[in-house]
Parts: sequence; C-alpha cells; structure tokens
Amino acid sequence: MNASGFGVGRIRWNWFAALAVLLAVLPLASETSTPTLLAIWSLFALSLALMWGYAGIISFGHAAYFGLGAYTYAIASFNIGESTVPFLLALAVPALVAAIIGAMMFYGRISDVYLGVTTLVVTLILNRFMNATAGDAYRIGNARLGGFNGIPAFPTLNVPGDPTTQIYGTTYYYVVIVSLLAAYLICRWILASAFGRTLIGIRENELRMELLGYNVPAYKTAIFAVAGAMAGLAGCLFANWAEIVTPSVFGLGQTAEVLIWVIVGGLGTLIGPMAAAVVLGSLKIALGHQTTIDNSLVLGAILILVVLLLPRGFAPSSVAWRRRFAQSQVRRRQARGKRRRRIALQEAEP
Amino acid sequence: MDFAAIVVLEILYMIAFLALISAGLAIVFGMMRVINLAHGEFVMLGGYATIAAAKHGINIYFAMLVISPVVVGIIGLVVERLIVRFLYGRMIDVMLATWGLSLLLIGLVTLIFGNTAVSVPAPIPGYQIGHYQMGGYNLFVIAVAALLMCAMWLVLRYTRVGLVARGTMQGPEVVAALGYNPSTVYMLTFTVGAALSGLAGGVMAPLTGLLPSVGGAYVAKAFITVITGGAAVIAGTLSTAALFGTVDQIVSFASTPVLGEIAMLALALVLLRLMPQGVTGQFFRNST
Repeated sequence: MNASGFGVGRIRWNWFAALAVLLAVLPLASETSTPTLLAIWSLFALSLALMWGYAGIISFGHAAYFGLGAYTYAIASFNIGESTVPFLLALAVPALVAAIIGAMMFYGRISDVYLGVTTLVVTLILNRFMNATAGDAYRIGNARLGGFNGIPAFPTLNVPGDPTTQIYGTTYYYVVIVSLLAAYLICRWILASAFGRTLIGIRENELRMELLGYNVPAYKTAIFAVAGAMAGLAGCLFANWAEIVTPSVFGLGQTAEVLIWVIVGGLGTLIGPMAAAVVLGSLKIALGHQTTIDNSLVLGAILILVVLLLPRGFAPSSVAWRRRFAQSQVRRRQARGKRRRRIALQEAEP
Repeated sequence: MDFAAIVVLEILYMIAFLALISAGLAIVFGMMRVINLAHGEFVMLGGYATIAAAKHGINIYFAMLVISPVVVGIIGLVVERLIVRFLYGRMIDVMLATWGLSLLLIGLVTLIFGNTAVSVPAPIPGYQIGHYQMGGYNLFVIAVAALLMCAMWLVLRYTRVGLVARGTMQGPEVVAALGYNPSTVYMLTFTVGAALSGLAGGVMAPLTGLLPSVGGAYVAKAFITVITGGAAVIAGTLSTAALFGTVDQIVSFASTPVLGEIAMLALALVLLRLMPQGVTGQFFRNST
C-alpha cells in the first residue's frame, strides 16, 4: 500500500452537501423506484468496502448478512406487525450471526483463502436451507418460510408507532437515502476513530499490531459484526423495496455482485464502491431489458479485466493517474526551463 | 440386508462423485496454490461437450472419456495463458479473476445453448437388489473415480513428469536451474487440471441434467473437499471425499438430501476451524 491508500481520507463536506442536495431533489426529475434500489445496493457495497478495503477482511459470503437482514425483517414483521422492532432486529440478527462466525474464524486464526471458503460455505448453507423450507412444517410464528418461492406480502415499513401509515414511494426513497448517507458518515466516523486506525494498522501488518498489544481477533470480529449489521440494513431495505424475499438473496450471484462492485470501485475507498454499485447496478437493470447479452457475461468480463488491469480499482487508479499526470507536467515544465537556460547560456557566450 | 447393501453402494457412489469432481481442482490447488473458482464451469463445459458430441452420433464413452477432457483442457490452456499466469502468487486475485471467468462462461453458455436443461440417457441399464432398483451407471462412475485416483497417484509418484511437477511446486528456482521451465510446468499442470474437470463433467453428464448454472452446484462441493483435504493432492482428496460422502449419505438416508448436504457443509466449517491447514496438514503429512 502506498501513502495514499494508507490514510483514512477526510470528508469533503462541500461535496457531501452537494450530493445530499442532489439526491434530495432527484424525485422532482425522475421516478424513485430505481434510484431507491440503486441506493440500497450502494449501501450494501459500502458495508463490504468498509470491511474489505479498510480492515483487509475478504468475505466471499457477504450476501449471508444481506439475506439474513431481509429474512429477519420479513419473519419478524409477520409476527409483530409494527415495523420498528423488526427493523431493529434486521440489524441485530445479522450482526450477531456475523459476530459468532467472525469470532469462530478470527480466534481460530483462519486466514485468507480459508476465510473465503468459510464465508462462502455459510452463505451456501443458508441458501440451500431456505430453498428447502417449502411446506407448512417450516414456519416461524405466523411466517411461512415458503422455500423457493420465498415470503411474499409481509407488512412493510410504517411510521414508527403508527402501524396504519405505511412508508412507500417517494417517502421510502428518502428513508433509504437518509440511511445511506448516515451509514456513510458512520463509516467515516469509525475510520477516523482510534478503532478505525487500529483496523487499518491490522490490514497493513497484523503481526506488528499483535506485538504492540492489540487484541487483533477482537477488532476483526467487531468490524465483521458492524459490516454484518450494515449489510443486514441493506437487506431489510431491499425486502421492503421488493415486498418479497426469496432465497436468491443468499445466492452466489448476490455475493459475486457485491464483490465486483467493491473491487471495481476500488479497495481502500468508500465512495468508489458506492459509485460502482450505482453504475454497475444501472447497467444490470439496462441489460435486464434485453435478452441477447446476459448480465453475468458482462459482469464476469468486467471483473476479469479489472483484476488484470486495475487491481486497485477505479477510484485509487484514477487518483494515481492524476498524480502521474501532474508529475509529468512538472517534469515537462522543468525540462522546458532547462532548455531555455541552455539556450540563454549559448546565446550568452558567442 | 438389501438395504445395507444399497446404503453402502450409495456411500461409495457419493465418495466417487466427490473425488471425481474434486480431482481437477485438487491438482490445481494442491500443486499450484491456485484456487480456480471457474472449476464448476469447467465441469459444466465438459458435460456440454459430451452431450453435444453424443447428439452428433459419436459413441458416448468416447465423448465423455476423450472429447470432454480434450475440449476443456484446451479451454484451460487458453485461460492459463490469458488470465491465470499473470496472477500466480496472488491468491485472492486469482479467486476473483476466476470467479469473473465463471460468470463469463455461464453467460457464454447461456448465449450458445440457451437457458434450458439438456440431458443424455445413461448408457448402462439399472439392476435389481432385492426390491430396490439401482442405477447401473453409478457403478461405472465408481470405477472411473477409482481408476483416476490410482492413475494420478502413479503418475505423481513414479514418473519423471510427476517428479518435475512436484519439484516445481516445491522449488521453481531449483527446477529452473536443472533445465525445466517452471512457466511451462504451471501451464501444463493447469491444463491437466482443467482436462480432469472436463472428464468429471462428461462422466456425470448422463446422471445430472445440464443447465448453464449447474457449475455452482459442483464448485461448492469440490471446493470444501479440496480445501479441507489440505496440501496433499491425493491423500487429502480421498480422505475428505470419504468423510463427506459418508456423512452426506447417512444424513440423507436418515432425513432428506438437503439436510445431508447441509450436514456436509457444516462439517466442513468445523473441520476448517479445527484444522486450518486441512486434514493432510494434520495427518498423512508425507503423502502425495
């Protein structure tokens, strides 16, 4: 990692405010359903970007927490009705599961590849299980799990304390946008805190941090749980957007997509993966309108090219290009100055 | 008694199935430390090659035992030259790039063959044990897997090629000093791994229908078999295939196949936690 990847970055408040205003007035210019979905994907990408890009923990099963958030909300809202508690549960359950799995892995000193396999296997177990829960035998309280067909028609989010007033349409868009911006600020706050700086230290050199006396497994487990909660939030918002949850939220496709967003956007940035989720998400929606070219074909090609050509992703690479360009400008100016001096000298001594 | 015979046969079949679909991945991971997430798609392509050849009137045994490995081996060669060779030593990047490849291949096959299931009838008729009807083709799968494991062991252990391959994995500089090009050895190893995946796909094609997305079902099982097996290619694959195959089938007989699969995956999690270096990191240390 070079110096630019090392820092935590500052929030550029003027850009942040401009973006917030832009998102706030967007419903005046377009319908809100697609932007809502893109914002949810952006939040999902943000959760993985925080964990992978800053703590260096790669998860090949991040969809597990997204799916758990979605399923938890659907099941709890069937049983409780009023949506505040289900909403909070949709954050708490994925966080708890992530903490358990994280503790199991990090205290067991499982590294890199094995981490990837473990997280992938957890997702597969959930996917297989949910696919097989058809029939009346599988129900939690009032909620039938529904197997392959998933859970439809659960009560969606309502105004806290007032179950009769549902939140939908443009209002729901604002709920999602506020969640996304708040999550972004929380991520920035985490990264600026001592906790975040320790995580970056662990990413850079785990052994050194351990010898300095930090409890590395505890830190890693904590950020794993935070990222799990954030993915759970994205899953819960997704469930309320789609108004149905199916086992595909645990699918390999879901996991692959979020990985691609993060790596295309760039490791070690937050805004890069968020933007990549919006751009690639729009691409996916656009490709969904025709049948000639498959979405996975395009995504796969993008992933291969990015790993081979831009292993650091777009955002860090573009920073590097800008810097290299600036340096070449400086060099050119220096060369020009030198040439002028030489000519001046030659003219001075005839 | 009949039932016991059937349970044993089904367990044997499951072990053979796991060993067969893991062999290609085991070679590539065990020898080169490269995790090929497009492995499932290589298996899937092997299946399509067999079915396409059989549809054109080619003998099905020739199709699955020769055409599938050759076709997928060539694809593997191309993939190694174009993608994988730039990423040796970068484990996570290889995983990501091959995952991209897997998505790409699914998309391509969907484009070519369409998103519908295709199949070919099993060429061996079933037989009767007591009251139970058994698939005769399962016995053929068991035989192929057993032969394949023996052949791999003999080649790796007793031939010059196997020696050079194992040597390259331990010390590429030494092998290079002795006059072999490590880059070529990596290329050939990856090609052989891909060819074995193609063979597995061809052999399994009559039993499982084929969809472009079928690779996902293979890659998870192959993945856990190989990773929990550890570094030793054959001993690792065989020991974990035996373990997972037995657990999967016993739980399946006791409850449902889905629970069997979940039990297998859960067992893999526990094993990975207890033995992060794989089974052969703990036992059978000096095996091949």
